[in-house]
Order: sequence, then structure tokens, then C-alpha cells
Amino acid sequence: MATNPMHQFEVHRIGPEIKLGEIDISFTNASLFMLISSIAILFVFNLGTKKNSTLPSKLQLLAELSYTFVSKMISDTAGSKAKPYFAFIFSLFMFVLFCNMFGMIPYTFTVTSHIIVTFVLAIFIFIGVTIIGFIKHGFGYLKLFVPSGVPVLLLPLIVVIEVISYLSRPISLSVRLFANMMAGHTMMKVFGGFVISLGIVGGWLPLSFSVALTGLEILVAFLQAYVFAILTCIYLNDALNLHH
Amino acid sequence: MIKKKIFQLIFLSFLFLEEAFASESSGMPQLNPEFWISQIFWLVLTFGTLYLVLSKFILPKISANLEKRKSQILENIEAAEKSREESEDKIKEYNKIVQDSKIEAKNYFNQTREKILKDINQKKENLDKEINEEIKKAEIEIEDLKNKSPEKINKIAIEISTDIIRQLTSIEVNNSSISAIVNDLSKDKDKYYGI
Repeated sequence: MATNPMHQFEVHRIGPEIKLGEIDISFTNASLFMLISSIAILFVFNLGTKKNSTLPSKLQLLAELSYTFVSKMISDTAGSKAKPYFAFIFSLFMFVLFCNMFGMIPYTFTVTSHIIVTFVLAIFIFIGVTIIGFIKHGFGYLKLFVPSGVPVLLLPLIVVIEVISYLSRPISLSVRLFANMMAGHTMMKVFGGFVISLGIVGGWLPLSFSVALTGLEILVAFLQAYVFAILTCIYLNDALNLHH
Repeated sequence: MIKKKIFQLIFLSFLFLEEAFASESSGMPQLNPEFWISQIFWLVLTFGTLYLVLSKFILPKISANLEKRKSQILENIEAAEKSREESEDKIKEYNKIVQDSKIEAKNYFNQTREKILKDINQKKENLDKEINEEIKKAEIEIEDLKNKSPEKINKIAIEISTDIIRQLTSIEVNNSSISAIVNDLSKDKDKYYGI
């Protein structure tokens, strides 16, 4: 059971079963790591903004650097109109990043390796962006599906493709993150299993792979959080600045 | 069991990826819908709280601090610019004062020089006048002397002639006859004096 690489993704109940009517909302290891990530973010940023001196301390610098990093990312991709959504994108980026990073610690649970979690985030972004688009542009938002400068003959085909690509956004967004996290962790588990099974003689090669993979996975954890946030910005850009 | 199947169906209809996952669904705990609702619930709860706290309390603080630092830097730059301008003004003022005093000194120098030159010229003129007067006086005197000199010379000549004649011949010569001769001679003044 323990050597099964998929075992690490199993969700199990912690504490008693909590029921809201018919629905099971028990506290699980997934809930635990969502909570830990959120608390860690709040802890770091609360400490980082406690003193707020002109000459920042290390934690304050960290908070300010991540603030300017996300704010620059948003203004670069979605322009100044996206400012009201800064807090959401910042929270999203930090949440995904911290969940990914906590997943890198051995024996922890990776929240973002579960399709349901990433899918809920993605569908929320999708619905939100669509609503924002319709509020900003009315039915003019549908022009998003009609790119300018396309021959009339090709238009029906292009519109169908655009609609499909638009509707598949939440799926691509959620599956990208989920698949990256799951594949990475499975791989690390598999190589870890090789180290054990090959023992002291042959285990060194998979061990070195494991070390390299750990570095790679930390990179992927950051990169996927960044990609998730920047894609959100790009979708938001489509809704705010209709360029077709 | 029925609930599980329903959840699976809902999820897969969202994904359009039934086959890809269905074949592996037994191996992937992610596709076990037992805790999906719980995960969604806790995700909304934790992420919602995180968003609220970050947007209401923490991010405004960071942005305010960044803004404060920015404005402080701008203020400092402004103050530096201001003092630079002030110092430039002062330099201009200083240069002007130096220029003015130079001009003043030059003027003063020129004035003094003119005054001195004038003084010298006047004195020179006065001196020239005096000298001229003196020269004129002397000339008049000389003229006077010159005019009188023939008579005196004649007299001296007469006396000397009488003396010489007496010494040589011991004859008492009449003064008047000698004076007549001398006067006669002195009439041809140009011949003898070479004047």
C-alpha cells in the first residue's frame, strides 16, 4: 500500500465525520493543508507588514517584493483596468504557490494535485471572467468569438473553434495544474521506491534522480502557480479590454 | 454507491475526458468523489477567508507603505531639486555681486585716473604758462640788454681807446672826437658784431 505511488493522493478524514444535512463536509488531510497554506500566507504577510518601516526588514521586503511582482504581472498582461481584481489574483497566486510548496515537504498532502480543487478555482475564474465581460461590454462581449480580419468564408468555422477554446479554458487551466502536480509527485514517489528496492548497491542512481527531481518539482511548483495566475490575468484581459 | 456514480458523472461531463480518466479511475484517488464536496467546502472556506483577510487588512497596508515610500522619495527628490535651485540662485547672485564690484572698481579707477590726468594736465599748463611768461620776461630783458649794449660798448670802447691812446702817446685826446669815431664804427653794427 505504501509503495503505491498514488497512495499519497488519498484523502482521508481527520477527526469526526461532519455532516451538513446530507452532505459530508468532514475535515480531511486536504482541508488541513488548505488551512495550513492559508495560515502560513497570512502569518508571513502579517509579520511582513507589522512594522511597515521605510527601510524594510527581510520579511517586509518579501511581502513587498511579492506585492510588486504580482502587481507588475497584472499590469503587464491585463492593464490598469484589472486593478480591482488585484487582491483576488494575489490571493490565488499565493494560495496555489503555498499549496504547491507545502506539497514538496515529504509526507505532506498536495492540495493542488486534486482535480476537484483546481477545477473549482478554474470554473470560478471562468464564470467570474465571463460575468465581468458581459457586464463591461454587454452582448458586445460575444465579439470575442469573432476575430477581426478573418475571411467571411472561414468565419463560421473560426467562431466554432473560438467558442470551443473559450469553453475549454477552465478545463485546460485546472488540468494543467493538477496534472503537473500529480505527475511530479508520482514520479518522485516512483524514484523513491526504486531507491528502496535497489538498496545500498544500486539505489544511488535513482537517488540522484530523486534529488534532481526535487529541484525540478520546486521549480514546477512555482512555475505552475505563476502560470495559473498569469492565465487568469490573460482571461481577465480578454474580458476587460475587448480587442477584437 | 449511487451518490458516488452521480458525482462521477457530473464531473466527467464537465471534463469531456471520460475515457482518459475512466480507464484509470480505480488507480486515481483524485477521481474518487467521496470527499469532493468536503474539499470544495474547505477550499471555499479557506480561500475565501484568505482573500478577505488579504484584501481587507494586509494588501492595503503594503500598498500604503509602498505609496508612502514612493512619495517620500519624491519629496526628497523635490527638496533636493529645490535646494539645488536655491544654490544656483545664490551662485548667480554671488556672480552678480562680483561682477558689479568689478565694474565699480573699474569705474572708480577710471574716474581717479581721469581726475589725476586732468590735474596733471592743468598743472602742466600752469607750469607752461609760467615758463612762457618767464621766457618772455627774459627775452624782453635780453632785448633790452641787447638794445642798450651798443651804447655801453661804445662808452667802453671810447674809454679804452682814450686809455690806450694816452698810454701809447701820452696825448690828451678829446673824448668827443673818439666817441664820434666809435659811433661811426658802431653804425656798421652788422659788420662788427656779426648779428
